[in-house]
Amino acid sequence: MHIPDGYLSPSTCAALYGGAAPFWYVALRKTRKLLFTRLVPLISVFAAFSFVIMMFNIPIPGGTTAHPLGVGIASIVLGPWVSMIALSAALFIQAVFFGDGGITTLGANCFNMAIVGSLVAYLAYRAMAGRSAITSSRRVVAASLSGYFAINAAALCAAVELGLQPHFFKSASGAPLYAPYSLGISIPAIMIGHMTFAGLAELVVSGGVVAYLQKANPSLLSFTGPGLPLGPAEGAVAASGSGWKAARPLWTAVALLLILTPLGLLAAGKAWGEWSVHDFSGAAARQEIARASRNVGPPSQAPSGLRRFSTVWTAPFPDYSPSFVRKPAFGYFLSAMFGTGIIILLSIFVSWLAAKARAEQAEQTREPRKRER
Amino acid sequence: MDALEHVFYAEEVARADGLLQRLDARVKLLGLLALILPAAAARRFVVLEGLFAVAVVLAALSRVSFGLLLKRVWIAVLLFTGVIALPAPFVTPGRAVYQLPWLGWPITAQGLESAGYLVLRVETAATLCVLLVLTTRWNHVLKALRVLRVPAVLVTILGMTYRYVFLVLQTAHDMFESRRSRMVGELTGGERRRVAASSAGVLMSKTVDLSSEVYLAMQSRGFRGDVYILDESRIQRFDWIMLAGFTLISAAAFWWGR
Repeated sequence: MHIPDGYLSPSTCAALYGGAAPFWYVALRKTRKLLFTRLVPLISVFAAFSFVIMMFNIPIPGGTTAHPLGVGIASIVLGPWVSMIALSAALFIQAVFFGDGGITTLGANCFNMAIVGSLVAYLAYRAMAGRSAITSSRRVVAASLSGYFAINAAALCAAVELGLQPHFFKSASGAPLYAPYSLGISIPAIMIGHMTFAGLAELVVSGGVVAYLQKANPSLLSFTGPGLPLGPAEGAVAASGSGWKAARPLWTAVALLLILTPLGLLAAGKAWGEWSVHDFSGAAARQEIARASRNVGPPSQAPSGLRRFSTVWTAPFPDYSPSFVRKPAFGYFLSAMFGTGIIILLSIFVSWLAAKARAEQAEQTREPRKRER
Repeated sequence: MDALEHVFYAEEVARADGLLQRLDARVKLLGLLALILPAAAARRFVVLEGLFAVAVVLAALSRVSFGLLLKRVWIAVLLFTGVIALPAPFVTPGRAVYQLPWLGWPITAQGLESAGYLVLRVETAATLCVLLVLTTRWNHVLKALRVLRVPAVLVTILGMTYRYVFLVLQTAHDMFESRRSRMVGELTGGERRRVAASSAGVLMSKTVDLSSEVYLAMQSRGFRGDVYILDESRIQRFDWIMLAGFTLISAAAFWWGR
């Protein structure tokens, strides 16, 4: 995901340096206020750690290995602002000294991995971990998924930046001057690799490190769980431990959906039963319906109910592809990610409601006991 | 440990007596950036080739071995970017110039041109970047960043990061080695993942402890949160001449490469 020099046009590079600059500025100011004198040694040593963690080889099921980015764990332990600067410093040294990623594209790489990655990891972790105890297993799940989402968000940004190049920058003969593949190719090509291998490496490291720190050094996790007790021994909220178990089938389904989405791109024709009003009038579509329905022909007109209801609800992403996206494959992909996002947000909302209800119940049962005393 | 070897070699080249080594780090940073930018912007092959030739001449005058450039930069870039550019001739729409014998896939002129741009651009930029790193001591590169108005605190952070990268790398290496030396037989995939994740956790705890120790050491030497950088180097006449040369080449490349 480290974009080297020459893949992005100078104007894209300038725009992304411009996009990263305000974040760096705010991050420096915020961290300075927070840990004025500790800032320099903490960030420096942590940047060195991020650099080294990017060299770890994580075995992935299936026999290969992948490198994690460490953005998930850095955001969880240090918060998004310190993580942003530490990762940017690590990326700078990688680019300038080891030639991994370019100098002109450093702004883009920092924007994708250090800034978007840190923010997504932090927000996802806080949203999913909620008020659960520092040592609860829910935090391990939250950390794993936040690392997974962060690296995929960063990869998506990189894929979009690369995919936009041939649309805007061409030579006189029409040859792309920079990265040659359009969004329809760049997004699946990058995302499939990240949703599987790189994403899993990040998932394993984020979840594994949090699980380890819960046992060995829980105080390191208290930055993103302020005011929470450090373990069940200190009277943690017991209910939160069951969060993962209850939601496990849902997460499994979401993961399966995410992985299987690209298969939707390969399947030809329409899904059985997903016909629109127009399909009943076109000859080719009628033939297809008949073939899919074991040679039972469709009625000559669209069912009146379908006709009536087809105007009631217009999806925000009609036919899975927003109008601003020309390539249907890209639209399908974006819609799938959008849909997954909504499902995850809904599930988080539901679990929050459930946790609230549980907390109220616990409060009610505690009240009478107090009165007894 | 490849990283350490790389560093030792870079320090060795930086001490050699060559053209770029004699330049002030600030001039070198600005000059080489001034060459990388037109390489990123050029819309003509001839300009990219010209800039690449300039980079090769600079390398020769600075006693950077071609064997190293070939191995570390040219072949490495060709392997990575070449593989990425490989499908471009087939998928880029345009005028077909050849068809693959059995598969019947057309190769387009625009696709070939596009792949050529990508590979040549990346090779040129990477060579120029490597020249900067190989011919300049790291602390001088960092000090030179002040010319680009990078805040002093960031320059200090980058300097310290660089120093601790090797310590943390060594620590991680030692951890894995001690683990391996006590192990008999192979671990399963799941166990290996657990070992990697807990090692990362241990390393993180060590990192946090280390940062506290470094902080205490800094404090005991009078650190109050303000960062000062010594700027002792002076720009000589030779530097000015070279800067003018870099600017001239850069402007010409921008003009021709439009």
